[in-house]
Amino acid sequence: MRKSSLIATVAMLSFSIAASGKSTGNPSPGPATDPYPSTYQRISSAPVLIRNATVLTGTGERIDNADVLMRDGKIAAVGKNLDASGNTTVVDGTGKWVTPGIIDAHSHLGVYPSPGVSAHEDGNELTNPATPNVWAEHSVWPQDQGFATALAGGVTSLLVLPGSGNLIGGRGVVLKNVYGRAYQDMKFPGAPHSIKMACGENPKRVYGSKGSSPSTRMGNVAGYRAAFIDAKGYMKTWDKYNAGGKEKGEEPTQDLRLETLAGVMRGDIQVQIHCYRADEMMLMIDLAKEFNFKIASFHHAVEAYKIAQPLAENNICASMWADWWGFKMEALDGIQENIAMVDRKKNSCAIVHSDSSEGIQRLNQEAAKVTARASALGMNGSPENAMRWLSLNPAKALGIDKVTGTLEEGKMADVVLWNGTPFSVYAKAEKVYVDGALLFDINNKKLQPTSDFMLGQGANP
Amino acid sequence: MKRLLLIACLISAPAFAQNVLIKNATVHTAGTRGTLKNTDVLVQGGIIRAIGNNLSAPGIVSVDAKGKSLTPGLFAGLGDIGLEEVSAESSTVDGTFRLNDGAGGQMRPEFDVVPAFNPNSMLIPVTRLEGFTFTALSANAGSSLLGGQGAIMRLNGNFEDPIGSRILFASMGSGADSLSGSSRAAQFMLLDQAIREARGLSPYDYRQSLLTPAGREAMNKFLLGGRTVFNVERASDILQVLKFAKKNGMRPIIVGGSEAWQVAAQLKADNVIVFVDALENLPSSFDKIGARLDNAALLQKAGVRVGLFRADDASQNARKVRQVAGNAVSNGMSWEAGLAAITSVPADAFGVGDKVGRIDVGLIADLVLWNGDPLEVNAFAEQVWMSGSAMPMKSRQTELRDRYMADDNGLPRAYQK
Repeated sequence: MRKSSLIATVAMLSFSIAASGKSTGNPSPGPATDPYPSTYQRISSAPVLIRNATVLTGTGERIDNADVLMRDGKIAAVGKNLDASGNTTVVDGTGKWVTPGIIDAHSHLGVYPSPGVSAHEDGNELTNPATPNVWAEHSVWPQDQGFATALAGGVTSLLVLPGSGNLIGGRGVVLKNVYGRAYQDMKFPGAPHSIKMACGENPKRVYGSKGSSPSTRMGNVAGYRAAFIDAKGYMKTWDKYNAGGKEKGEEPTQDLRLETLAGVMRGDIQVQIHCYRADEMMLMIDLAKEFNFKIASFHHAVEAYKIAQPLAENNICASMWADWWGFKMEALDGIQENIAMVDRKKNSCAIVHSDSSEGIQRLNQEAAKVTARASALGMNGSPENAMRWLSLNPAKALGIDKVTGTLEEGKMADVVLWNGTPFSVYAKAEKVYVDGALLFDINNKKLQPTSDFMLGQGANP
Repeated sequence: MKRLLLIACLISAPAFAQNVLIKNATVHTAGTRGTLKNTDVLVQGGIIRAIGNNLSAPGIVSVDAKGKSLTPGLFAGLGDIGLEEVSAESSTVDGTFRLNDGAGGQMRPEFDVVPAFNPNSMLIPVTRLEGFTFTALSANAGSSLLGGQGAIMRLNGNFEDPIGSRILFASMGSGADSLSGSSRAAQFMLLDQAIREARGLSPYDYRQSLLTPAGREAMNKFLLGGRTVFNVERASDILQVLKFAKKNGMRPIIVGGSEAWQVAAQLKADNVIVFVDALENLPSSFDKIGARLDNAALLQKAGVRVGLFRADDASQNARKVRQVAGNAVSNGMSWEAGLAAITSVPADAFGVGDKVGRIDVGLIADLVLWNGDPLEVNAFAEQVWMSGSAMPMKSRQTELRDRYMADDNGLPRAYQK
């Protein structure tokens, strides 16, 4: 059913997303191209003009009584009194709000899908504490109903990560939240891979209880270091081979584990670290310096408020919950002002993330909780500021901020029309557009996707 | 010296200042009187004495609510506040009783979680300052379908007894399959056997008895008017529970009820209160295929009395119950029913509606003043009173916040108090 104009396809192919800006241009160790390429194609749509809405651009700006024009899958213009030419669909936005599509920086949809049966537990490869060789995308079940309910919550892109049972859990994948027959149909074109690493209690509990390493936090750190030291050697071998000129010799054997870690050190892969405690995050910052890689975001980071300044200085995002705390020791010091206290620092990058099939449906509500706490303490709790936590900042952490995450001209038309301010328990995403196509409409059952799993069970007649 | 004395008085004030006059509030009674604008509430001796206009009480501290919303203290759901500190640390967790002999063995309905309740738990101030003043302490399924007994506990942090009678907790459906020889059908068989034993229909020396003598006595209370919580999700299981409860003269409360909307008529006919989690809309298990966001609204429409609770992380993050209520309203439940679902309905369900859950004359003055819509996620509690005493709006979390919000004073944060 999906048709995409040639222009759009070419445009997508030509998008090179300079993820970290650190890519050296050197040939990567191992095969250069992704053997599992994205087959995502935007669904074509006539231009859409949303008129006279309150617009939060995602850049921190709010424009009242403004119009948003989407054309050929892109944001064509945001401003006042825009023209609707010929075949443009006009949507009255009076009294409504428009925002960029929400981006969840931390999801396990597809790898821990609904129903949560044993056959579907595909998110943690708990057979070795360091499995940078596994890719979460190879576990994604595209029939997870959670994609549909997340879309109803205004989520247009998400990072699907492996779980946190391993020190190095494997690669994560950015998806467009559009159902496909295989995950490649959902794979965000041009988005860099992420790697999932984990601090603290989970890896040492999982392996300690098996009587193997790591069983302590010091064992954790020894584990990361050993893996990266291995990868340095691998990088050297490939660099030597690639620089070899005529006497290249035999091509080194490809190693999936080391290839991923080499990609991390080369800046080709976004580093996402599950880490709760302030002291452990500081430790991971030193690890990153030791092996010369950049951390994109800490995840969960319930103690990020204790180290907001160093996080900002090191350009590291913190992906956080509004109020989860206390379920384990490393989550004990969670506070409801965490996100606001990270956000208040200059050059900070605060993100509201979900890590939950429930939370991903209501990231706007999670942000709303934070705005109230922020305002009460004299921090910036404005809607236009809070929107950055849901779109621009996660886009940065995922390495896709050049192409989505705000309503700036030329970016993907990933757009949500809300029934009012999004920062309310009563907020509803009325229309959700992905690359300019209307893919969810609260008032049109035909535009409310359901996964194959839901059919024939009388679940929601 | 005088100054010190004064401070000491202020600090200990909540213990005896059980009189307060709250003026000019929007009073959400959660009762038959609905919402009353520009209304005063008079509390004396910890009890609500009057609700009306232009009330005065010489010598009693008066608080001007300036039109803000005043609600009864909220219900923090069914969980283990005071029974656990950190879920993953078993040394701090007391809400589940496990026998070594495991599946198919003994049932111990005489197990009562109340003696484990710790009023000094750090979870209590964290929860209370968000407007929650009572909770259903729950006994979770451990090594048997019958988790044991719990009770309604007020969150005032005092060493005092629960209010109301004990509640029995039973777990049904696929979640409890491992406790019934891998079949949910056996759950009814096992409960039936336990009931026969409690009624003395089984010889005391029967070798495969499920109950101890104390267990028979305990179980009997729940065949003679005591309330039993059945944790159950699937529509067919709910119907079986209703049938089973009726046959045995039990008073069931349905908790979970993901598919309750499918059997709303039967729930209404049996006058059974259902607690649902209005955030549950995914088929997270085969027992929840029919989970949907308007479950609470559909039940309300059918005339069923609906309570709301949060299924996940129900202890540390019990405060999320308010968001559950807001979402129920956002998905079709009336606002008044949404508030009742976390105040008067739970109070009635657990038999303590004559003490808490409403703003009504003669009830305990557990009250909350809000800075906005009490069901809205961007509003929060400005002041909580329990038995008319203004509770300190502080917790371990606010102290952590204040320590790290403070300007750097040259010393490590450990010196910030």
